[in-house]
Amino acid sequence: MRNILIVARKEIQEGLRNRWVLATTLLLAGLALSLTFLGSAPTGTVGVRALDVVIVSLSSLTIFLLPLIALLISHDAIVGEMERGTMLLLLSYPVGRWQVLLGKFIGHLSILAFATLLGYGAAAGALAATGAEIDAQSWTAFATMIGSSILLGAAFIAVGYLVSALVRERGTAGGIAIGIWLVFVLIYDMALLGMLVVDQGRTLSGGILNALLLLNPADAYRLFNLTGSAGVSAFSGMAGIAQTATLSPTVLLAALAAWTLVPLALAAIAFSRREL
Amino acid sequence: MTGTVEIRNVVKRFGKVEAVRDVSFSLPEGETVALVGHNGAGKTTLMKLMLGLIRPTGGSIAVLGDDPAAGQFEARRRLGYLPENVSFNAALTGHETLAFYARLKRESARACRPLLERVGLTHAANRRVGTYSKGMRQRLGLAQALLGEPRLLLLDEPTTGLDPALRQSFYEIVEELRGRGATVLLSSHALTELEERAGRVVIMNRGSKVADGTLDELRRIARLPTRIRLKVTDAGLANVPNWLGPVEGWRRVNGRMVEIDASPERKIEVLRRATDEGAPVEDIDVVPPTLDELYAHFLLSQETAR
Repeated sequence: MRNILIVARKEIQEGLRNRWVLATTLLLAGLALSLTFLGSAPTGTVGVRALDVVIVSLSSLTIFLLPLIALLISHDAIVGEMERGTMLLLLSYPVGRWQVLLGKFIGHLSILAFATLLGYGAAAGALAATGAEIDAQSWTAFATMIGSSILLGAAFIAVGYLVSALVRERGTAGGIAIGIWLVFVLIYDMALLGMLVVDQGRTLSGGILNALLLLNPADAYRLFNLTGSAGVSAFSGMAGIAQTATLSPTVLLAALAAWTLVPLALAAIAFSRREL
Repeated sequence: MTGTVEIRNVVKRFGKVEAVRDVSFSLPEGETVALVGHNGAGKTTLMKLMLGLIRPTGGSIAVLGDDPAAGQFEARRRLGYLPENVSFNAALTGHETLAFYARLKRESARACRPLLERVGLTHAANRRVGTYSKGMRQRLGLAQALLGEPRLLLLDEPTTGLDPALRQSFYEIVEELRGRGATVLLSSHALTELEERAGRVVIMNRGSKVADGTLDELRRIARLPTRIRLKVTDAGLANVPNWLGPVEGWRRVNGRMVEIDASPERKIEVLRRATDEGAPVEDIDVVPPTLDELYAHFLLSQETAR
C-alpha cells in the first residue's frame, strides 16, 4: 500500500510541476463558467432551477472533454516511461508492477478529480453568488454529476492504461487513444441512432438497446445524469426516455465501475507480462 | 556455497535472436567483477535478467536468495542498479527525484543530502533534472544506486560521461562499498580503466561466456607475450642479436628503443640477458598483456573455434 501511495504522490507532484493540474483546472473552470452564464441566457434570469440547467450543459461538456483529458494523461503512462527509460530504473526498485500501475492510477485520478471539483465547483459557486435560488435536490444532483464525471474519467484513464500497456510505441498509443475517443464519444451514438432509424423498431428490442448503451461508458454516464433526477430530465429533453428506460441508476453506475475495473485489471496483466 | 548471485545455464531468446546462450557464473560476496564484451554481447541482458525485468528462456537465476523472475521484489531493497542510459523525469528536481527513490527503498529522506554531496551535486540539488548535463544525470544515477547500503551493485557502463576526476571518486566509492562486503558487477567498454579495479573478469561474446577468471589467470590461459622495452645505447643498437641472444620478434621503435614480445617461458631469459653486465641497456620497461589484448585474444580464439 505504501508503495502505491509513494508512486501516486510522485505522479501528482509531476502533474503540478508540468502544469497539467493547472491547465486542466483552468480549462474546465473556464468552460464551465461560460456555459453557466451563456447557457442560462435562453432561459433568462427568472429561470427557476438554474443549477439544473447547468447540470445538463456541464454533463454534455463532460462527455466530450473528460474522456479526452483522461486519455491524454493516461495513454503515455506505461509506454512513455518505457521509451524514456525511466521505467527500467523504477522497476529495479522493490516495487511490484501492479503497485506502479495502481499508484499512477490514483495519482492521475486525483489530478482529474481535483480539476473537475474545482472547475465545476467554481461554476456552481458563481451561480450561487449571483443570487440564484438553488434547492437541496439540485445540489444533490450536482454533486452526483461531479462524482459520476470523475468516475467517467476513471474509466477512460483505465482504458488509456490498457492501450499504453499493450503497444510498443508512444505514437501508436496516442493514435489509438484518439481513435477510442472518437468512437466512444462521437461515432458510437451516431451509429446507434442510424441503426435505430434504419431498423424502425423491428428487430432491435429494448433489451439490446440497453445492452448497447451500457457498452459505451459515455452513454452510461449520459443516461445516468440526464435521467437521474426528475428536474434535470425535464430540461434535458430526455424525460421521455427516462420514463421508458429500464436501466436503473445503479446498473448505470455499475457499468461505469466495470468500465474502470476491467481495463485496469487487463492493463495490470499486460504490464506484468511485458519485458523491457 | 551460494554467492550473492547464482546464474546457472541461463538462456535468453528474443524471438530468433539468442541474446544469452547457456551462461553460468556466480558472484561471491565482496568481489568486484567486470563484465566485458562488445555492444550486443549480452551484458545488459544479463543485468536485466538479474533484476527480473525479463525472464530467462531457460536456466535459473538467484539474486540475494530470491528468484527475480518470480516477481519477488524484497531482495531489490538491497540492490543498486545503474542503467546504461539512465534517465529521470525532467520535471522534478534532483533532490525530489532522489527522495522518491529513497522512499521506495524505505530509506529516510535525510540520506539524500549526503549522497548528493558525495557525487558532487549539492549545488544543483534544487534544479530540475531537465536542466542537468549528461554527466550530472549520470551522477544522480550513481547516487540512486547507492541508496540503502546495497549488498549488490549492478552498474551498466557506469563511467560514460563522467570526467576523469569524478571517475576516480566513483571508483573510490565502489571500492569502499566492496570493502564492506558488497558485490559489484561492472560492465564497461573502457577496459584499461577496469584493469586495476576488477578482481575478476567475465568476457562475453555474442551471448556466450568466453572467459572467466582473475586477470592473472586469464593471462596464464591466454599465454600472450609480455612486451619488454629496452632503451639501448648507440653502440648496442648496431648488434642487437649479439648481446640479446637468439630472440625472435624484436623490433626497433622510436630510434633507440628495442621492443621484444617475449612468451611467458622466455621472459626471464630475455630479462637476464638485458640486465647482464655489459649489456648496452639504459632502461627497461616490462608491460604485461593488457585487458584489451586479452579481450581481443579470447574473442579471436572463440571465433576461430567455431
